[in-house]
Amino acid sequence: TVWIRFILIQNRAGKTRLAKWYMQFDDDEKQKLIEEVHAVVTVRDAKHTNFVEFRNFKIIYRRYAGLYFCICVDVTDNNLAYLEGIHNFVEVLNEYFHNVCELDLVFNFYKVYTVVDEMFLAGEIRETSQTKVLKQLLMLQSLE
Amino acid sequence: MPAVSKGDGMRGLAVFISDIRNCKSKEAEIKRINKELANIRSKFKGDKALDGYSKKKYVCKLLFIFLLGHDIDFGHMEAVNLLSSNKYTEKQIGYLFISVLVNSNSELIRLINNAIKNDLSSRNPTFMCLALHCIANVGSREMAEAFAGEIPRILVAGDTMDSVKQSAALCLLRLYKASPDLVLMGEWTSRVVHLLNDQHMRSILPLPHCLYPLDFNPSPPFLLQIVSSASTDLQDYTYYFVPAPWLSCKLLRLLQCYPPPEDGAVKGRLVECLETILNKAQEPPKSKKVQHSNAKNAILFEAISLIIHYDSEPNLLVRACNQLGQFLQHRETNLRYLALESMCTLASSEFSHEAVKTHIETVINALKTERDVSVRQRAADLLYAMCDRSNAKQIVAEMLSYLETADYSIREEMVLKVAILAEKYAVDYSWYVDTILNLIRIAGDYVSEEVWYRVIQIVINRDDVQGYAAKTVFEALQAPACHENMVKVGGYILGEFGNLIAGDPRSSPLVQFNLLHSKFHLCSVPTRALLLSAYIKFINLFPETKATIQEVLRSDSQIRNSDVELQQRAVEYLKLSSIASTDVLATVLEEMPPFPERESSILAKLKKKKGPGAVTVELEDGKERGELNGGGDRGGDASTPSPSADLLGLRSTAPVSGTTPSAGSLLVDVFSEAGPSATSAGVNDDGFLSSAPPTVASEDPAPPLPESDELLNKFVCKNNGVLFENQLLQIGIKSEYRQNLGRMYLFYGNKTSVQFVSFNTTVSCPGELQSHILQLEPLVEGGAQVQQVINIECLTDFIDAPLLNIKFRYGGALQNISLKLPVTINKFFQPTEMAAADFFQRWKQLSQPQQEAQKIFKASHGMDTEVLKAKLLGLGTALLENVDPNPENYVCAGVIQTKAQQVGCLLRLEPNAQAQVHTHKCILLDSMLIMCHQCKSILNSC
Repeated sequence: TVWIRFILIQNRAGKTRLAKWYMQFDDDEKQKLIEEVHAVVTVRDAKHTNFVEFRNFKIIYRRYAGLYFCICVDVTDNNLAYLEGIHNFVEVLNEYFHNVCELDLVFNFYKVYTVVDEMFLAGEIRETSQTKVLKQLLMLQSLE
Repeated sequence: MPAVSKGDGMRGLAVFISDIRNCKSKEAEIKRINKELANIRSKFKGDKALDGYSKKKYVCKLLFIFLLGHDIDFGHMEAVNLLSSNKYTEKQIGYLFISVLVNSNSELIRLINNAIKNDLSSRNPTFMCLALHCIANVGSREMAEAFAGEIPRILVAGDTMDSVKQSAALCLLRLYKASPDLVLMGEWTSRVVHLLNDQHMRSILPLPHCLYPLDFNPSPPFLLQIVSSASTDLQDYTYYFVPAPWLSCKLLRLLQCYPPPEDGAVKGRLVECLETILNKAQEPPKSKKVQHSNAKNAILFEAISLIIHYDSEPNLLVRACNQLGQFLQHRETNLRYLALESMCTLASSEFSHEAVKTHIETVINALKTERDVSVRQRAADLLYAMCDRSNAKQIVAEMLSYLETADYSIREEMVLKVAILAEKYAVDYSWYVDTILNLIRIAGDYVSEEVWYRVIQIVINRDDVQGYAAKTVFEALQAPACHENMVKVGGYILGEFGNLIAGDPRSSPLVQFNLLHSKFHLCSVPTRALLLSAYIKFINLFPETKATIQEVLRSDSQIRNSDVELQQRAVEYLKLSSIASTDVLATVLEEMPPFPERESSILAKLKKKKGPGAVTVELEDGKERGELNGGGDRGGDASTPSPSADLLGLRSTAPVSGTTPSAGSLLVDVFSEAGPSATSAGVNDDGFLSSAPPTVASEDPAPPLPESDELLNKFVCKNNGVLFENQLLQIGIKSEYRQNLGRMYLFYGNKTSVQFVSFNTTVSCPGELQSHILQLEPLVEGGAQVQQVINIECLTDFIDAPLLNIKFRYGGALQNISLKLPVTINKFFQPTEMAAADFFQRWKQLSQPQQEAQKIFKASHGMDTEVLKAKLLGLGTALLENVDPNPENYVCAGVIQTKAQQVGCLLRLEPNAQAQVHTHKCILLDSMLIMCHQCKSILNSC
């Protein structure tokens, strides 16, 4: 089955702002993956594609200001669907955090996980409707 | 819309995060963290019971510290406590901590599972989702055991909220991936079908295909939904004016799991759907935003994948090609890339191949001008895929010129592709030779052994190109600086065919020799060894060079060379040339016989490097290669079953090339090492008639012989031997494996004096293996032996060995025999050396039940150390010495190479001498219990 192997949000300096793993990796391996992704993604410029081969997989990524949002999927997977999946996710974050910036992800790291789980689960796309996701997030926000 | 403020809810956390961010150095950060850890520890240990809020805050701080990359060794209990809070925010932090920092501490797992169980049965959708997300994020076997039964119930229950169902479906998927044996959908199937047939549920339920019931058949409304998804039900799912793009992609991808519908009406609906998608992609955009076009094109590309999957609608295929053609010059790099990639698969369809070819100029242009190397690579892939006889010269020329400036990362692959195309589409062999020599000239460093071996094989097998090849290499060697690979090819070809150009005084024997020898000192040892062989061949071809060459061989730098191989060759060649008569020399140094017909080793290499998409062209290439190589009708076929590595005899200690072992019909000659086992396989003698009595023989493949399993075991640790024997037929086998590829040479010996007619063999493989068998002539003469090559590729782990079925008529009676081919998973082992610390660290890491298997079994054949060692080595793993603290034990490590994955495997054998039993434990990264059985059978057969 085809699925997302991991989702990473990193800044240009290589600091991880979110790492979500959908496959078993040990800690060393995770660190290695994080560094490798950073190395392959940051050398690319706007004239390059948003896709890059990575080990036996591929990374679909998009840069927003200083942040790289990267999704690692199977080589046969639909590039554009995941590329827009990233954008959809970013739009939700933007709405939820009201003009999201890197600091929001730092200070509210535990909420970012909630947003991710609403939209991606078990390596699959769970919910793509921004309306539904935001409604659910606001409901959760109201809970104590 | 209200937004969350920074760190709301937990001031202390926000302050801590700010402090960390303000730290000027790593040291300061560590200091601040240690201070915080001490603080949290004292709070957790303190007498005063912490309230939920504080607990949440501290657990969250610990989590933050962990995410910064520091180890956390406490707080797990407090996190587990949070799970039973009835406040959402506390529960959420508890679950998050568990999901991120999970370790299989069994005691905690029990507590965690308890908390999850409570939340799952709470009927509070928020809590249920938290619990489901935790299971989905952790996905451990323990959790699968605890909840695999419960989750399907939640999924199909009528009163479960949609959002909970979404989570339950994916949660089930995660458990299915981790422990497929535990997720049994059986009793829920009918209710899942019910869900699938409900359009609303299908829209929101991301039910992955592996959970679909086996007999699920996509129905017309199911298909219709793909295009009609503009319905109000899906309004929330419209993304930049595109209705439900992800759902559409998902449904289109799902259909790729099924063959085209058989029902004509349904098929018609489907074609209509696909046409609508192609039409919609052509409509003027509803927005200028890239999101709009991306979402639309995501659907388009997925639809094209489906069209290619069906490969039955010429109109759609050609339309798809035309629409992709528009993207080839789009200003979006992404679209150009994807169009090239998608066209590559279209090129392999007979319906769209011609349509793809019309874009050749654009693609060549892309190869030359694209800035992104990955786009250029796709262009090269596409050129390769669209290549056929009509455009081969143009494409090869373009690829060669691209090679001069190509990125280092893709040169090797480009070289392989050029070499394959040149061989495949060579109409005249001079073009082929020119192309390969050009390759060596332009990218010599990237020309692998396989490539230059191949050009030599072809030149040797084609006598019409030998003279041209000799002339061309001679010219190429004139260059002051030429690549060592050129020297190798030149040395070999002139050594064989230099006589064909010796008539021209400009390339007289002595000139040829001097030219070669001028390169000698710049070359590496293997090339020098090759040149020495060329020299001795010169002595035979041109007696007038004998004195000069003997002089060279006699020089100290040869005869006293510190390299033992060179010294040996010099000494032996010198001696040979001085004592052997002309006749003996001529026999020993005879021209090389033609090479046996087989799959191009280059192709094998490219397949190994690339996924299936890149090598579609050679599927039908058997025939054409036959033409090129001139077939094996010049005899000597059975004589050189050795892999190409031995082509030049560089690695063999016997320096004399050109002689081949006799291709006698005595099978034992071929299997000198298999002598003893030939007798042990004799058990089949009396089993033959009963297994396929002529009177009841049917045309269907016979069931495998009862003793096949036992035979299989015999070959677990060895690759050569007699596979089968009865009064009529003997089958010998020689096999070799590299990474996930295997090659088997089967030798069928007709033991009778009567010919076998309609001799036919087939191999049926389990899906995890892929085999390619070169067919034989239907006649096997009495007393003759024929050789057959079977190539095997291991796609993923497997249990069942491929079946070989042999059918032939002997005196009119049909013989029908099925055998298991001795392909076992351990053949794809790559030994791995590791130190003790490393070994045990890994050993401990792989401690989940599905990752290990253990067997205790009787050592039925004694416990001799050396025998056991030999058996374990035969298994293909590395036997690790001085690793296990107990010297009695054996530990091994290896990596199983399959196409899909590489699975590390650790193995420990603990002999118990008193009880005469072995405890054998095998640790794997995947559930391949089969290994355990195999090890057992190996050791049992000791």
